[in-house]
Amino acid sequence: MSQIADPDIAGKGGSLTLRLALAFALIFALGGVAVAVAAFSYGRQAAQQSFDRLLVGAADQIARSITLQDGAVSVDLPVGAFELLSLAPNDRVIYAVYGPDGGLITGYEGLEAFPEGRRFHDATFAGEPIRAIRVTRPFAEQSYAGTVVVVVGHTLRARAEMAAQITRNAVIAAGLVALVMAGLAVLAVRAALAPVNRVGTALHGRSPQNLTPLDVAVPREISSLVQALNRFMGRLDRQVGIMRNLIADASHQLRTPIAALRVQAELAEEENDPEALRRIVQRIHARAVNLSHLTDQLLNHALIIHRADSVPLARVDLRQVVIDAIEHVDHAVLDGRTPAMLDLPEDPVWCDGDALSLIEATKNLAGNALRHGVDPVRVSVAQEGDRARILVRDAGPGIPRDYWDEAGTRFARSSGVSAKSAGLGLAIVQSVAAAHHGRLEFRTGTPSGFEAAIVLPLAENGAR
Amino acid sequence: MMAGWRMLLPLISCLAAPALAQPVPEATQDYGRSDAPFAILVRSTTDIALFGPVLDGFVAANPDIRVDYEQWGSNDLYAVSLAECRSGAETADLLISSAVDHQVKLVNDGCARSHSSPLTEALPAEANWRDELFGITQEPAVMVYNSDLVPAQEAPRTRFDLIDLLRPEGSRYEGKVATYDIEESGLGYLFAFVDAQQATTFGSLIEAFARSRAVSTCCSAEIIDGVASGQYVLAYNVLGSYALDRAEQADNLVVVAPQDYTLVLSRGAMIPRNAPNPVSAGLLLDFLVSDQGRRAMAAEHLYGDATAVAPDSLGQNEAVLRPIPLSPVLLVGLDRQKRAHFLALWRDTFARPQRGATTPSE
Repeated sequence: MSQIADPDIAGKGGSLTLRLALAFALIFALGGVAVAVAAFSYGRQAAQQSFDRLLVGAADQIARSITLQDGAVSVDLPVGAFELLSLAPNDRVIYAVYGPDGGLITGYEGLEAFPEGRRFHDATFAGEPIRAIRVTRPFAEQSYAGTVVVVVGHTLRARAEMAAQITRNAVIAAGLVALVMAGLAVLAVRAALAPVNRVGTALHGRSPQNLTPLDVAVPREISSLVQALNRFMGRLDRQVGIMRNLIADASHQLRTPIAALRVQAELAEEENDPEALRRIVQRIHARAVNLSHLTDQLLNHALIIHRADSVPLARVDLRQVVIDAIEHVDHAVLDGRTPAMLDLPEDPVWCDGDALSLIEATKNLAGNALRHGVDPVRVSVAQEGDRARILVRDAGPGIPRDYWDEAGTRFARSSGVSAKSAGLGLAIVQSVAAAHHGRLEFRTGTPSGFEAAIVLPLAENGAR
Repeated sequence: MMAGWRMLLPLISCLAAPALAQPVPEATQDYGRSDAPFAILVRSTTDIALFGPVLDGFVAANPDIRVDYEQWGSNDLYAVSLAECRSGAETADLLISSAVDHQVKLVNDGCARSHSSPLTEALPAEANWRDELFGITQEPAVMVYNSDLVPAQEAPRTRFDLIDLLRPEGSRYEGKVATYDIEESGLGYLFAFVDAQQATTFGSLIEAFARSRAVSTCCSAEIIDGVASGQYVLAYNVLGSYALDRAEQADNLVVVAPQDYTLVLSRGAMIPRNAPNPVSAGLLLDFLVSDQGRRAMAAEHLYGDATAVAPDSLGQNEAVLRPIPLSPVLLVGLDRQKRAHFLALWRDTFARPQRGATTPSE
């Protein structure tokens, strides 16, 4: 059934069909045993009842044939009684008629004594088990009074045969039913496994580059499998995307500054004037700082996105995130300006997230505000309904409203691509917010100022 | 192969009660090489003259087995077999009796040993009881008459014809009709008893026998010889095998299978429980029910297509031929009270005939 071509994987978990077959076989075997046992028990009971009736009939006929002649019991043994008994064709027959004194009137001598009060009795006769019946016929004549006892029995071959036949027939019938059911089960299993095959075929037929979610109609039971598969492919797609972006960004962003560095370095090589040389070295230094900043951002962006996708989320207090972020804001950014002010609630604000990514995002927002905004810059944490916000506010005009939509994308014009910045800051924030099922929001303050916020869902059971 | 034939002098007569005298065989005969490694003892009621050629065929096919054959009267054979079964003494290896009710009784008493082979399994149900008793022959119970004494237009075809013949006072059949003495012959009793179950004609028949002072006497051979010699005009219920055998020599002997119904006897063969050589006995049994054995028996009229003696019954319904089935129903006739009732009825009918010291047989 499997279309997986890799022999290492194929069949490692055993065949689903084989498992189902074994399960069905076990069910059928148990059912078969149950049917056989039930049929045998029923067959024995049925045989017992049927042939006991023969005994009753025969004994009654013999009892009716008993007459009194001259004060003595006379038995005119009826042929019909024996014809009845010979309906069990291969069974030996015993019979005896006893007088009130227990003396044998006619029939077999030396039969086993019949237990008192029993109608049917299992005994043995000439080495073979028999079943016998006792029927009494009371006489109350002037010449003769007392009870005449008739005992009739036969061996058990016909009973055993009938029981065996009933059992056999039942088992054969059950076997046929089982066969039909097995056939239907095979069809059912095939039908049930068809969606799995469809998924396999769909995967098999894809180009290696195609990492879009599978769009195959599948039943509920395996939709989780397909969902997991789609999630997995989504992650793979993002990872590939990160890599692709990193490579693209690196080639796009690093080529120019490195070329400039080289040019400066070549200039320095040919410069003899120490003053000019010093200026060139200063420029090379400034360029190198920018380049390192750019490289940091590129790598950070890739790392953060990668982390957001792959690091398990933990419970974090956003206040701690903000404190850590502000502590680590690049001091070069401050450049003698007023540091950001913190405005934190007294209670912890819990979110499920990756602290490192969130700190990086907050750092970027704060850094942007400090770099491009107007003092004072305030960083605060707030709770609104089931959402938490990390707010960075400054008094400047902020990003023009027209660029809000594209502000979060890489190298957006609005985010100010410059020699000093790759314009990746807001893209990182945006990625982190998205990875935490949140978003990046902009708001113009009242009456003035600009507000950028990371809006995140609160942890499930809120503050803890 | 008839070397060693010796006919025992009639040691017991029909009158001797079997319980008083020590029963002995009527005749014995050995078949096969005297130095054969295996020997089996067969006790049978079948006349040596009839069964000898069949056994010749068997020892020719099985030279390793010698067959010691004893011919017995049916009642004696039953008495001695039952006694040996009860005492657990060593007994014959194969018992064959025409008194199949005796054989059924022996099997019912647990005196038989089971034997099963493809040949016995192919037998019809009425010829195989419990894989212990097997019907090996097919012999109709027939009427025979002397064609010198019975005019062709009077020849009876059915029991009704016979009853009509016997009805007139002072008919020529008076005192001249013979049938078995059912007290002495186990087979005679069996035929009469089965007759009594078959049809209401039985009552009229024995009434007719009584009125015409029919003779009940002993033994197929004697009765048939009596008809051939003119001592009797007609005999009822004699074994077809003996009658047809005798009719080959006596031209005036006519054999009639009654067309109302014809009883067909299948001699019962069984291996006794205490048989010393059951395997060899089983070989003989298989031979007897094989095609070869049946051909040998057919040559002696022991395995007859009953329609051969009753050609007129061809095309009539199957119920004309009534095999006596090997079944416990035959036990009824052996019940001592039933037997007493039946014999009393019979005795009331028949005048006791004069009997000489004859060799009792069937």
